[in-house]
Amino acid sequence: MRLRLVKEHTTFNFFKMWKMWIGVSAVFVVLSIVSTVIMGLNFGIDFKGGTTIRAESSMPVDVATYRAAIEPLGLGDISIAEVFDPSFRVDQHVAQIRIQAQEGQESIASDMVVRLEAVLQDIAPGITFPSVESVGPKVSGELIQSAALAVVIAIAVVLIYIWFRFEWQFAVGAVGALVHDIILTIGVFSALQIKFDLAIIAALLTIVGYSLNDTVVVFDRVRENLRRYKQKNLSDVLNLSINETLSRTVMTSVTTLLALTSLFVLGGDVIRGFVFAMIWGVLVGTYSSVFVASSTLLRLGVKRDWTKPSNTDGNQFANIDA
Amino acid sequence: MLQIEGWKRFLIWATCALGLLFALPNAFYSKVETYNDASDEGKEAKGWPTFLPSGLVNLGLDLRGGAHLLGEVKLAEVYTSRLESFWPEVRNALREERATIGAIRQQDGGEAKLRVRIGKPEAMDSAIKVVQTLARPVASFSGGMTDDIVVTAVGDNLIVTLSDAEKLATDDRTMAQSLEIIRRRVDEAGTREPTIQRQGTDRILIQVPGLGSAQELKDLIGTPALLTFQAVVGETSNPNGNAGIGNELVQAADNEKTYYILERAPVVTGEDLTDAQPAFDQNGRPAVNFRFNTSGAKKFGQYTTDNIGEPFAIVLDKQVISAPRIQSAITGGSGIITGDFDVTESTRLSTLLRAGSLPASLIFLEERTVGPELGQDSIDAGKTACIVGFGAVLIFMALSYGTFGIFANIALIINVGMIFGLLSMVGATLTLPGIAGIVLTIGMAVDANVLIFERIREELKTAKGPARAIELGYEKALSAITDANITTFLTATILFIMGAGPVKGFAVTLGLGIITSVFTAIFVTRIMVVIWFEWRKPKILEV
Repeated sequence: MRLRLVKEHTTFNFFKMWKMWIGVSAVFVVLSIVSTVIMGLNFGIDFKGGTTIRAESSMPVDVATYRAAIEPLGLGDISIAEVFDPSFRVDQHVAQIRIQAQEGQESIASDMVVRLEAVLQDIAPGITFPSVESVGPKVSGELIQSAALAVVIAIAVVLIYIWFRFEWQFAVGAVGALVHDIILTIGVFSALQIKFDLAIIAALLTIVGYSLNDTVVVFDRVRENLRRYKQKNLSDVLNLSINETLSRTVMTSVTTLLALTSLFVLGGDVIRGFVFAMIWGVLVGTYSSVFVASSTLLRLGVKRDWTKPSNTDGNQFANIDA
Repeated sequence: MLQIEGWKRFLIWATCALGLLFALPNAFYSKVETYNDASDEGKEAKGWPTFLPSGLVNLGLDLRGGAHLLGEVKLAEVYTSRLESFWPEVRNALREERATIGAIRQQDGGEAKLRVRIGKPEAMDSAIKVVQTLARPVASFSGGMTDDIVVTAVGDNLIVTLSDAEKLATDDRTMAQSLEIIRRRVDEAGTREPTIQRQGTDRILIQVPGLGSAQELKDLIGTPALLTFQAVVGETSNPNGNAGIGNELVQAADNEKTYYILERAPVVTGEDLTDAQPAFDQNGRPAVNFRFNTSGAKKFGQYTTDNIGEPFAIVLDKQVISAPRIQSAITGGSGIITGDFDVTESTRLSTLLRAGSLPASLIFLEERTVGPELGQDSIDAGKTACIVGFGAVLIFMALSYGTFGIFANIALIINVGMIFGLLSMVGATLTLPGIAGIVLTIGMAVDANVLIFERIREELKTAKGPARAIELGYEKALSAITDANITTFLTATILFIMGAGPVKGFAVTLGLGIITSVFTAIFVTRIMVVIWFEWRKPKILEV
């Protein structure tokens, strides 16, 4: 007996309520943009410059005491947060302290870290600083630029690839889904004010990869079915293709989520934000490949006259022999 | 029908075996590490067979702990000092033409400019010509030769700047020199496997594993350590006092209110030092002993012979460390620097003096330190997460696809082994996001198999028999597999090119993971399916 998450033959009509789904997506996209504009992103020092210090002590962290000790140093905006993780020992108390980039300084201010460590040692003897990271404003500016550029280039490259492999309508559908996923991910980071740093950009690009993976599998089947069922109308072909690949879509999402959830729970607090972005991305990516990419394709319509009969003809992988 | 030729089978298994062989050392990490650290003769005693590969996955600083610094070299400083040293030559040349040009006077030039006011502005053209004759040729970008200086005029000011070609050549020299000096300083400090790299035009990346604090490292490499011995003209407490032509005002290191007026041209500089060692003076206070090379010893000997009873200043990075009176001629070529040091400072100063001074100052743009304990915690957490996630995926696959699921699982285990093998082979660095990349790959690697298995299930409904269904399943799933993986691989490549540090590590494991997962899905599981099929010859197939 096999474990079947999706029963063998499904005939869901994914487009019965396509207007609603597009509406839902549109609402979430707008909400994400509004949230990002109003609340902003909780940029980490990678993008904003500044210093983060991880302080570890055997005594419980009292944020107010820490703040009272640090404030007289006049370092501007500071944020102190206690960090919790199931893997910590009972007497392991961790605080994450963030200091804004100091004004008028091109490089990082090192004496500041020394002074700060000294005052914390006064209030919590035996405190250690397992990690100190400082990024000067010059580098952070460049990091933002190259990160934004990376995302844009990734989308452009993908657009071109799909356009070559399929038709432009497919490329538009896939990229529509990608942009949707990225905006929703940024939106959730803004709404929950989770730290947004370089690793999150990596997560975003992975989401791009994953969402695409899903979309491409559906599209590949659409292309095949378009050739096979020349008389069926487009929405039936799309529905059939999504239903046929549904079992695979769910299986892959579940295995990926299994691995990611394990990392989220057990992987430590350092990469939790990064893993969260990916889990969210897998969920949104799976949804969007069906409801955004395919709906877009349905609206745009596709050329039905595929002059070349074979499903791998006319592309550079036609001769790959597995 | 379902057939794989013998040589192909051999090739597939051989590739797997090779990948796993290269991954093997990582299972015995500490043992292999001591083996690799051992000298060639001592290797055999370390318990790792010499015929096995011994490449290990490098752990990134976020996993092993260490300090990461990104410094920027102030290249323009060198232009200024180049032009500064050019002044005597310009002055002499212009003085010879005094009759036509008139009196000349050096003006405050600003950054990277030498500015000279000339008495008769109408003779500017001939002044420019005179200075231009001093130009030396340098190789230009286009391959031809061009002058190293550019001479222009604004009003009665003659301005000398370095040409672009000369700037470029100077930049390269400055960077090479800075890298060399930093490398020497880090080596002198005895740290292990530092990475010191040039990045872009003016940046230097320094990574030192195992270091708990970046402060120490910054003190060591961020100090210019420019040592000069200069003649003392006088002493003042006025920080804005007029030092006079050819002199400069320098603050005392131990007393903020004291300023020395020194002759600008040094008697001897740190470049003439051959050795420096921490020591103690006759009062038992920490000091630094130094020794000059022959030419330095000669210059210093001559100067001290001529100036007995006069004070001279030992200047380090624009601060007078001490200004002793010359008691007797020092012709032996060695001496002692005393000052307000403690033992750590005297040790550091002697290290810096031995390594030489930086040609330009260095500022730090980025600094990241991770303590070794935190790194170990991350490794442990990553390991647990990998094992649990791995186990969950294995069970899930076996439940979903039965025998075929087990094949996919074996392939997945080989896959993870091969990722480590490849990482060790190419000497890539594993970072914390890199571990996340592996976990993600575990989740996504089964995708190719899932695509194939689902396709086989579909084909079973319509095709003529199990063998044909398997064959069609592989054939038809291939196009989706290639498209899906190529797009993911493209994003991994972009991440690798654009990303920095840990993100790059993530891109590497993700990219390698895609290659190995496609390989294992379309070759390894297939060969297992084929062998099983030949052995069992099932009439009815359940996937």
